Amino acid sequence: MKLHRPANRHLLLALALLVLPFVIDALFGHGWVRIADFALLYIMLALGLNIVVGYAGLLDLGYIAFFAVGAYTYALLGSPQFGLHWPMYVVLPLGALFACFFGVLLGAPTLRLRGDYLAIVTLGFGEIIRIFMNNLNAPVNITNGPQGISSIDPLHVGTFSFAGQHELFGIGFSSVHQHYYLFLAFTLLVAFVSLRLQHSRIGRAWMAIREDEVAANAMGINTRNIKLLAFAMGATFGGISGGLFAGFQGFVSPESFSLMESIMVLCMVVLGGMGNITGVVLGGVLLVVLPEVFRHGAGPLQQALFGKIVVDPESLRMLMFGLALILVMLWRPAGLWPSTQRRRELMPDESVAQQEQDTVYDSAK
Amino acid sequence: MDIFLQQLINGLVQGSVYALVALGYTMVYGILGLINFAHGEVVMVGAMVALTALQALLAAAFAPVLAVLFSLMLAVAACMALGYGIERIAYRPLRNAPRLAPLITAIGVSIVLQNLAMMIWGREYHAFPLPFNNGLHEMGGAIITDVQIVIVLVALVMMAGLMGVVHRTRMGRAMRAVAENPSAAALMGVDINRVISATFMLGSALAAVAGLMVSANYGIVHYYMGFMLGLKAFTAAVLGGIGNLRGAMLGGVLLGLIESLGAGYIGDLSGGFLGSHYQDVFAFFVLIAVLVLRPSGLLGERVAERA
Repeated sequence: MKLHRPANRHLLLALALLVLPFVIDALFGHGWVRIADFALLYIMLALGLNIVVGYAGLLDLGYIAFFAVGAYTYALLGSPQFGLHWPMYVVLPLGALFACFFGVLLGAPTLRLRGDYLAIVTLGFGEIIRIFMNNLNAPVNITNGPQGISSIDPLHVGTFSFAGQHELFGIGFSSVHQHYYLFLAFTLLVAFVSLRLQHSRIGRAWMAIREDEVAANAMGINTRNIKLLAFAMGATFGGISGGLFAGFQGFVSPESFSLMESIMVLCMVVLGGMGNITGVVLGGVLLVVLPEVFRHGAGPLQQALFGKIVVDPESLRMLMFGLALILVMLWRPAGLWPSTQRRRELMPDESVAQQEQDTVYDSAK
Repeated sequence: MDIFLQQLINGLVQGSVYALVALGYTMVYGILGLINFAHGEVVMVGAMVALTALQALLAAAFAPVLAVLFSLMLAVAACMALGYGIERIAYRPLRNAPRLAPLITAIGVSIVLQNLAMMIWGREYHAFPLPFNNGLHEMGGAIITDVQIVIVLVALVMMAGLMGVVHRTRMGRAMRAVAENPSAAALMGVDINRVISATFMLGSALAAVAGLMVSANYGIVHYYMGFMLGLKAFTAAVLGGIGNLRGAMLGGVLLGLIESLGAGYIGDLSGGFLGSHYQDVFAFFVLIAVLVLRPSGLLGERVAERA
């Protein structure tokens, strides 16, 4: 099998992704498969935000609000809260639709704003959504306030519940494994859509707006609609991810949707490499897995080195996270794995002739 | 009308603090075009240093007034050093990087400072010791404390002082020149790096004062206190027109007033449906409304598109 052939490479990647949960389970234990599930949810979020920030260049600091809308839609329509138990294939699209609606709601009045103003308005929007979820328990109890909503229905299709044990071909699949495959399917769908969008007419319009909105407008791009579309698409993906999160976790509370989470997702996008899907996926994996490694490793390591816990692992974990953000940005301002185009833009020492040649080469490819 | 007057006073006091912090945001933004996300943490560090110094000085039986003054000076010095360090480490190397890179390092610095503070001072809420009796005064049915009077006065003095520095001194002129056009300023012989460092230190000094004010007013210090305060102050800066000093002051005071009046009356206005815990929503709603109607902020000038 020749590895450099794209088809073979894809086949190998698919195989690796399929057996991954079992490998993780065998090597590190059950808990880590759960972390892999969360990593997939975050990758979905990061890919959604990548459309808004990476493609269209609109800095969104309240992205987690759409995740929250999706999650609460699922929670309200599939839990004892209102006694509704709608099936997943109705609630998930509904959550995505609601999130999309909120995306447009946020996008419509803010389209005239740019850069940092947009950042602060989206940030405010995210906080508003969170505060409402925190307080909509009185006088009419809708969201159950800070306690959140619990015993949410597990993700299920008909009688098949993703939370139950199942057996196929003699292999036992537990809840975390089944969720892994479900989330993988959705993540691949989101990645596929992003990939196809990237070089489509819409994707090129987004990038034109990112580079120079006035010029894009002059070229006949309807900047208003195209920007709205970016917001709506990003929000939709966030909503899907949120619905899956609620069903997987079985519990939602406003605490899961704080500004820190928005920042976390933004860091995945920027750290990994804005606008580049592989980079964003890498960012998502790193930012979910590394802190967990730290959480599990820092305590025992300190025990071994000093014989006692010197620093609380939880705060050490966040400290390391902050330091990593600073160092990676200082070392690679365009992210760990930037898109080729951005890398070229950021190479000041490369001669113009070389750049032009590259462009010609790219278009001939 | 005593509720109205009371909320007016509370809003004014809170607004003065917002204004001082907002000045730090707006100065940095005016010069670098950068949201200094770590600024709220500088306020927190100022409060923490002041707390520790005050405790130590009071334990050493210093005169109360001297103790407060010394700890304020210490906090200001520490914050100036911190502001300088933040700029050198996290922002200067990235001055020509993509726009989002310094934003991420700013967030990184903010997380690092928060967790360092948590390691040093612990997770718990600290009571802030007031070395003298906090007298109450009645004014037309509303109550104002000594500390609150001092806060408003000190804020006014600080703002007047800052305006003096920016408009009357050589360094201030250099700052305005760099804000206007960095490369032209550099050609005229302005040392840009020095000006930027000075801006950060000036903003951090104001933040330290603000930190001491909030702690004295609420009597509580906590490692997480800088986050929301910084957010609100940034909101205030945007409200007034970011990059504009008078705008930051106006925005800060307005935001304080809007918040406290909003929180005081939202229950009556919505027929008891919404309560005062929607205070934060109120601030953000006003912000969004202002930005949508007047995107450059209240006092911001309409800037031509930068290509």
